[in-house]
Order: sequence, then C-alpha cells, then structure tokens
Amino acid sequence: MGAIQIKGLGKAYKQYPSQWARLAEWIVPFGAQRHQKHWVLQDINFEVKAGEAVGIVGSNGAGKSTLLKLITGTVRPTAGEVVLHGRVAAMLELGMGFHPDFTGRQNAIMGGQLLGLSLETINNLMPAIEAFAEIGDYIDQPVRTYSSGMQMRLAFSVATVQRPDILIVDEALSVGDTYFQHKSFDRIRTFRKEGTTLLIVSHDRYAIQTVCDRAILLEAGHVKMEGPPIDVLDYYHAMMAERDHYKIRQLALADGRVATISGTGEVYITDAQLLDESNQPVKSVKVGQDLNLVVSIKARVDLPRVVLGFMITDRLGHCIYGINTHRLEQPLENMVAGEEATYCFRFPARLGKGSYSLSLSLSRFDSHLDKNFEWRDNALMFHVFNTKREDFVGSSWLDAKVDITRQPMHE
Amino acid sequence: MSPSIIKAIWRYRGFILGSVKREFEARYRNSLLGAAWTILQPLAMITVYTVVFSELMRTRLPGMGSPYAYSTFLCAGLLTWGLFSEILQRGQSVFIENGNIIKKLNFPRICLPAITVLNALINFCIAFAIFLAFLLVTRNFPGWIALYAVPILIVQVAFAIGLSVIAGVLNVFFRDVGQFVGILLQFWFWFTPIVYSTATLPQSARTLIRMNPMTPLAQAYQGIFLYKQTPIWRDIWPVALLAVALCGLGLFLFRRHAGDMVDEL
Repeated sequence: MGAIQIKGLGKAYKQYPSQWARLAEWIVPFGAQRHQKHWVLQDINFEVKAGEAVGIVGSNGAGKSTLLKLITGTVRPTAGEVVLHGRVAAMLELGMGFHPDFTGRQNAIMGGQLLGLSLETINNLMPAIEAFAEIGDYIDQPVRTYSSGMQMRLAFSVATVQRPDILIVDEALSVGDTYFQHKSFDRIRTFRKEGTTLLIVSHDRYAIQTVCDRAILLEAGHVKMEGPPIDVLDYYHAMMAERDHYKIRQLALADGRVATISGTGEVYITDAQLLDESNQPVKSVKVGQDLNLVVSIKARVDLPRVVLGFMITDRLGHCIYGINTHRLEQPLENMVAGEEATYCFRFPARLGKGSYSLSLSLSRFDSHLDKNFEWRDNALMFHVFNTKREDFVGSSWLDAKVDITRQPMHE
Repeated sequence: MSPSIIKAIWRYRGFILGSVKREFEARYRNSLLGAAWTILQPLAMITVYTVVFSELMRTRLPGMGSPYAYSTFLCAGLLTWGLFSEILQRGQSVFIENGNIIKKLNFPRICLPAITVLNALINFCIAFAIFLAFLLVTRNFPGWIALYAVPILIVQVAFAIGLSVIAGVLNVFFRDVGQFVGILLQFWFWFTPIVYSTATLPQSARTLIRMNPMTPLAQAYQGIFLYKQTPIWRDIWPVALLAVALCGLGLFLFRRHAGDMVDEL
C-alpha cells in the first residue's frame, strides 16, 4: 500500500484562438481540430515506493502543482497514467476548498466526507481535529472569518486526522506560523515512521532536506533531475542563481556526496584548503581548534567587485555558520583580468562532534542570486572530534561554565 | 442513467445529504426566525394572490365561481414552475460556483447537480405542503386525484435535470449559456399558461403554446388541483420522452467533458 507509479504522464491545455473556434470544434462533425495544445507537463516517469518520501522542487511554472493535481486526480491527464495504491489524502493549495459561509465544523465534516469517511467516523474524530487545529471557538464560526493560517490549520487537521497511505502536500504548509509548521512536520514525520508515502512540493529547502528520501527537480514540464535531496537542491539552487550562460558541474566525492559547481566563471577558485595552526591541511578537527581557511581565486576578466563567502553545513545540510567579505566589509574592488588573490579566514572550530561540509561562493554582492561567479557546494569536508573538551551535545560549542550556590538548610 | 454514476452518487450519499442539510442551514443562519422563513414565503405568496386577485381584482376563471379558484390555478402552476426554474437556474452555474472544490478535491462531479436538485426538491416540498394545506383549509382539496401530480412531477424534474446538466456543462466552456438561460426562463414563463388560461387566448396563440413542452405539465397540475381532472396522458408522453432524451444528452455531454471542466475553471 502507498506506492505511486507514473508512466509517460503529460498534460496539455487546449488553447483556442477564440470562443467561436471552440464552438465550431464542438458542433462541426468530423471537423478539423481548431485548438493548439499547450503542454505544461510532458513525459513524466517516476515511481515512488511505499513508505518513501519524495520532494518535488522547481521554479514557478515548472509544473509542480499540475503534477500533484494529476496524481490526486483532480486534473485529468492528456497522456500517460498514474497508478496509486492505497488511500490518498491531499492538501492542494489553501483551505481544501472550504465553503466560506459554512462553519469550520461543517466544513470539516464536508471535507471528511469528501475524503470518503462516514459521518459517524468524522464525528468520532472531531475532537482530534479540533485539538490539532487549535483554533478554539472559531470552529463554530463561518470560515470567511478565518485568517489564511487558521484555514490551513483546519485543512491540515482534517486531511491528516487519519493516517493516509499516501499524503500529498502542496506548498500549503508555508502559510502557517512557525509553531504550526513544526507541529505539522512532526505529524508528517510520525506518519512517515508508520509507513505513509509522502509527496511534497516546497520551496523550503529545510523541509525537503529533513523529510524527504529523494527529490525530483521539474523544469519546464520535464523531470530535470532525480536523486538525493541535497544533490538535487544544490543543483536547483545553482540553476536558480543565474539563468544565463553558465555551466553546472557535479563531481562525485569519495564519500558518496556530490559537489556541485556552478557559476559564470568570470572569477574562479583555483585552490581551497583548511589548515591548522601550523598551516598543515586538516580533515580531523578538534573542538575549539583554531583553523585557517585559505582560498585562492583568479579573475578571467576585469571585474569591479568580487565577494568571497563560505558556509559550513552539518551532515543534514543545516547551515551552521556563513559569512562573506561583503559582510566583513572587505570586498575586492577593480580586479583586472588575470589577477590572482588569496584569502585567509581565521576562526576557531567551536563546533560539536560530527562531519561538516564547507561551501564557497564568489559573487558580486551579498547574495549569489545577483551575480554568481562561482558556487562550489561541498568544496571541503572535515570531521570534528571531541578529545579534549567535556562531552556535550549539539553542533555549537558554547563553552559553558557553571556557578552553583547551595542554600543552607533551615530547621 | 448509467450504473457508474448511480454508484458514485450512492458512495458519496453522505456528502450529498450533508451538503443539502448544510446549505439549508446556511440559508437561515443569522436569521431570527430560521427555517420558519421557508414556510412564510410560500404562505405570503398564496395570501397575496388570493387577496389581490380574488378579493381586490375579483378575477374569475371562466366557469369557476369559487373565490379561491384563481389563486389555486396560479399556485398549481407557479409552485411547480418554481421547482423547474430553480433546478435549471442553479444547475447551470453549479460547476462554476463549486470550481473551488472541483479544483482541489477528487470526487465524482455528478454529486454537485445531485445536491442542487435535492435542495430544490426540498424547497418545493415545503412550499407545496403549504399549498396542499391551503386547499384543505378552503375545502378545495381534490382528494386521491392529487396523487396524479406525482408522475407529472417526475417528468418535470427529469426534464429540468436534463436541461440543467446540459446547461451546467456548456456554461463552463461557454459562459454565454448562463446569461442565455436567465433570459430563456423569463420568456418561457410567460409562454407557459401559468398566470393565464389558454381559454382566454386566440386560436393562433393556442396552437403555438401547445408546442411548449411545459404547457401540458402546467395544465395537468391546474386540472388536478382546480378541476379535479385526471391528466391527459397522451399529452404527457411526448414530454416524458423529451425529458429522457435531454437526460441522455446531458449525460453524454457530462461524460465527455467532465474531465476538461477543471481546466476551464
């Protein structure tokens, strides 16, 4: 239960030059086709195994929402087919199609009935729906008085009140506040553990990285890439950074990770090393050890402004620390073609145990979205060991000290 | 009706009945008298017609001496026309109005017209019950012959369902249809002998009005409730056949275009 198979799926919308052309096509028997097909999705093939969590990423208009609508069956495919095994719960857009004049409770019942639950089941589940949504007395108010966040809370509570075999979530969660986002992700994770297949569309890198086993990148209606979330997201990230002339390369690293390099290459990284106090390259770092990050760059063309940045991420891809020379107020100005420069960042490794990855970026200003000369994911890797310091949990070594004052006992 | 559609309606009966109930409740939300309005409206209509036409204008139908005759005549035609026009009027916009849930949820679309028809039937039943009570009170109740209204109603509702599904599907693709239905209903109403009797018309107009499929139905109701006559079945049969044909066409259009509908909403 819970598997999804998608074979040769495609969706085209009919476009008529005018309403009269449509009328002619309807009425004239054996007449010529008068519409043009506008393909929004074409030749989509993939499979989701039962219990797997797959994230779908892609820029606006890439066809993500259409794909989910085809999978849930609200939109009929023009080509190919979708095979689903098991009960599906879907959250497409906001509000699950709530009726504004009905109360939250009535809408919850209606939503449940549309999910195929009986009235008795819904009534039994109603306390659970109310408790999870946490909208209080609003449950008996018309939905038109709800904020968008409240609608989302109710919709999510209804859609997930029973564990579905397949859960499909489209963006909707981004509407809720942080508290509810966490709460809903907890529920999604619990479902995952119990075997629910998850298909999620999100622009939230964190969401996809922490929940999904696999990611699919859609671009202009086609599957552009499929693979581990971090690799796909890095690629997507790089793709988004700049759309004009530039190349994206992905190198397989020894430990199975993939390094993505993208950018225009107008200035590029010639060397990057992580060195210890005595300028020896290190892979194993002790907690609190002083490190030097030495990066050499070279300009191919004249450039008015160059900013180098680095970012340290943990094993799950969470950013631990990142800084650049724009924020340090030391941009390189007026580089000439052929000029080289070497940076040395000094910082103590106040990090917790574990493996870390260091990414580098060369850009014009603060963000690489403006101008991306080079973006190098996973440029360097290192491990942090704790041999000298007291043992602690977490990814930051805050070097806490403690003072304890004992109160004398009174008779 | 095809078995798959009946099966879909049966499987989603909970949703359909629930929606009918909710719509009924929603209409009288925030009103003090609540559901009493459903009764007050037809009651007011019957009272107004009786007072205005029978008492003030002293309108008399040819050959009928009773002061209630004209209002009985009017209500028999008007209430049943109301049912027909409500099904058609609401049915032509049902898919557009529910575009919101059609786009977001996967369920049999045929539930939506089913909800509309049930809603109209409930409103009609309440109003018609008031009318029957009025007949009882004024001692004009026709007796067992009133049951003949049931097959006529079935024909009329089938006729309305056929037309409303056709209009509903077409309206998604050609929004002109919705506008047209509004105008059509106005003309159709005055083209049907509801407020007037064909006996008062010149011969040429009478032949023309006999072509209208609603005419034999309206006359059948008036015959049953005013003149206590059994309907003229041979006038009803062609309408019944037409109703079946319209339902068939509606089903065909629905089947063929239900999938494309969501693309246009």
